[in-house]
Amino acid sequence: MATEAKRVTDIGPPHYEQFLHPIIKENYGKWQYHDSIKPGVLSHTGPSGTIYTVRCASPRLVSTNFLNNIMDLADKYSDGYFRFTSRNNIEFLLAKEENIDPLIADLNAMGTLVGGTNNAISNPVHTQGWVHCHSAATDASGLVKAVMDELSEYFTSEKLPAKLRVAVACCLNMCGAVHASDIAILGLHRTPPRIDNEALPKQCEIPTTVASCPNNAIRPTSVDGKTTVKVDEDKCMYCGNCFTVCPAMPLADPINDGVSIWVGGKISNARSEPMFTKLAIPYLPNNPPRWPEVTDAVKSIVELYAANARPFERVGEWINRIGWEKFFDMSGIEFTKYHLDDFRHAGTTYRRSLHNRY
Amino acid sequence: MADDLKTPLLDELEKGPWPSFVTDIKTCVDKSDMCKDLLGQLEKSYEDRRGYWKHGGLVGVMGYGGGVIGRYSALPEEYPGVSHFHTVRVNQPSGWFYTTDALREIMQIWDEHGSGLTNMHGSTGDMVLLGTRTEELEPIFRALTEKGWDLGGSGSDLRTPSCCNGPARCEMACYDTMDMTYNLTKSYQDELHRPMFNYKYKIKMSGCPNDCTAAIARSDMGIIGIWRDAIKVDQAAFAEYVDSGMDIQGAVVDLCPTSCITVEGKEINIDDSDCVKCMHCLNRLPKALSPGDDRGFAICLGAKAPIVEGALFGSVIIPFMKIEDGDYEPLHDLLERIWEFWDEHGTARERIGEFIERISLATFLEGIGEDPSPKMVKAPRDNPYIFYEEYYEEEGEGASEE
Repeated sequence: MATEAKRVTDIGPPHYEQFLHPIIKENYGKWQYHDSIKPGVLSHTGPSGTIYTVRCASPRLVSTNFLNNIMDLADKYSDGYFRFTSRNNIEFLLAKEENIDPLIADLNAMGTLVGGTNNAISNPVHTQGWVHCHSAATDASGLVKAVMDELSEYFTSEKLPAKLRVAVACCLNMCGAVHASDIAILGLHRTPPRIDNEALPKQCEIPTTVASCPNNAIRPTSVDGKTTVKVDEDKCMYCGNCFTVCPAMPLADPINDGVSIWVGGKISNARSEPMFTKLAIPYLPNNPPRWPEVTDAVKSIVELYAANARPFERVGEWINRIGWEKFFDMSGIEFTKYHLDDFRHAGTTYRRSLHNRY
Repeated sequence: MADDLKTPLLDELEKGPWPSFVTDIKTCVDKSDMCKDLLGQLEKSYEDRRGYWKHGGLVGVMGYGGGVIGRYSALPEEYPGVSHFHTVRVNQPSGWFYTTDALREIMQIWDEHGSGLTNMHGSTGDMVLLGTRTEELEPIFRALTEKGWDLGGSGSDLRTPSCCNGPARCEMACYDTMDMTYNLTKSYQDELHRPMFNYKYKIKMSGCPNDCTAAIARSDMGIIGIWRDAIKVDQAAFAEYVDSGMDIQGAVVDLCPTSCITVEGKEINIDDSDCVKCMHCLNRLPKALSPGDDRGFAICLGAKAPIVEGALFGSVIIPFMKIEDGDYEPLHDLLERIWEFWDEHGTARERIGEFIERISLATFLEGIGEDPSPKMVKAPRDNPYIFYEEYYEEEGEGASEE
């Protein structure tokens, strides 16, 4: 194939400038202010004019068919320009204000929702789950769908006290980085890895496998004359790091795998410092396809927050103000021994003052 | 739709107002057996409450160590369409801006060579083409590069840098996140495509402390915009907020974390010497307040999710830096000092945040040749076990050398 182009490598991404709407290019670095027109619709104004943004929900796992529909709308309403947000929403960038409402009508007709701006729940960041991942303890796309069906009114409105970030990760690897979201849904394993003593010597390096355990629970051993490993089950926290380096130590367990709920994380520096998400519910069962226990728990936390937080208070800021004991009291969530940290620096989470509410 | 596909559990996820990935995948089953068997295998996962993907596998394109995630079904005879279901990570453009012309080209390539399913986008930022066969990888790579696209990172390498839309559509941007992301990505193609580090290294650029890319939590190196001088105030615009009836006291003044805002009549006063650049007042009053003129960025190192040693936020290593006249050399120099020291002294699968915790911040700063500053700590140490490196000889004069 003499006509085929030469193979090139390391060209990197295309330059972003060719993807910027002319109004954006002219105002680049010169924007003066933004306005919120209605839920899901923003305007940004600079010396060379205003660009209107219409934001819609996306399941993140999307087909070329879905994207082609989105692109047809971008051609029709936003001169072929659009973008994705860091939370996988889709944003259309419109030169004409009069295109906003027809675009919203078309988006709703194709089955997506417009919203996610300001004091709303924006698109949940999530991981692959059973759709693509080998270490998943639960599904992620399905959990997002089930939870957001319950919470969609908080996507399409801005009636929450502040923005609320929901994230789903299907195992402790947290590709969805749920460790700093307002409400995090985290899949977890609860049983030690099952060691395949036949496969392990062929598939895994013993020293690497031993070293992978953060709790020193893995030791080399010999079974039927073959070198393999054993796990001190009392020390195993089911993190799955050994499975990541050694496929012969699978953790998946349909009876015991499930979902935990975490609350109060944030990224932004606004008002308070960034905060880690903290444990609310240690375990809920995997009940596909709709995970009713999880959707109920998340919805009740959101509603409790919405009813009680002050304006602009994020979930973590609200709980810090009222105190965690009051959060457990108000939410009716049982406080258990599993809420007490027992890993590194656990003591930093213990109460070392008498600032308690009685 | 393929007649033999029965998915009663997944069908439940076609109900409700949120857009359904199941409905979407179903639109693809007639054009790809991969989609049909993905739904079949997923339905089985929903029945059995467990995943059916095998662990990894070494696949890739010639000359690259990263950019493709190998994936094989554990049930290839039952679901042959997903016997191979590899992911191709495509390096996204800065700020995730696209034109329909450009993205349509990629979607055509993907319909031709893959499942037609994507993630827009993966958590680190790449466009993720979800599900193809090993023999398609090289043709996909060739087709992508012919259209000007390249793979992103995976494995123990520089992961695809990503950024907020910064100056492209935000009045808060304190530096050019879009250009820096492009510069770093282009400058470190080798580090991005050929795993050579102890472990992954993620870089995220956010234009201001609102941190829309979650750089503080999700990147080994978070580059977050900041300014050093006074917040710029447009008093006339502020007066308009007052006249609009906005609750300035409740929504702005009372929420300032350092109580450095006072309002007299229709005039706002900010004691900038106490301002911690939290962004709340700017977020509430974007027409009246803007970041100062002396803009740059802070660099935070070490954020990560829990595995292995526990979750970490990034911590401030460079409190302030700026790029002048498009000269990225000082940033490259810093980055290379960090990588060199971490490469030399870090252990396998040790993220840089864990490395710094293990060897101490003081040792790390010495290792990369930076001076300590109170801006790097919440407070100085409260324990007295200090490793002194200087002391006086009994009969000598002056401090000994280290």
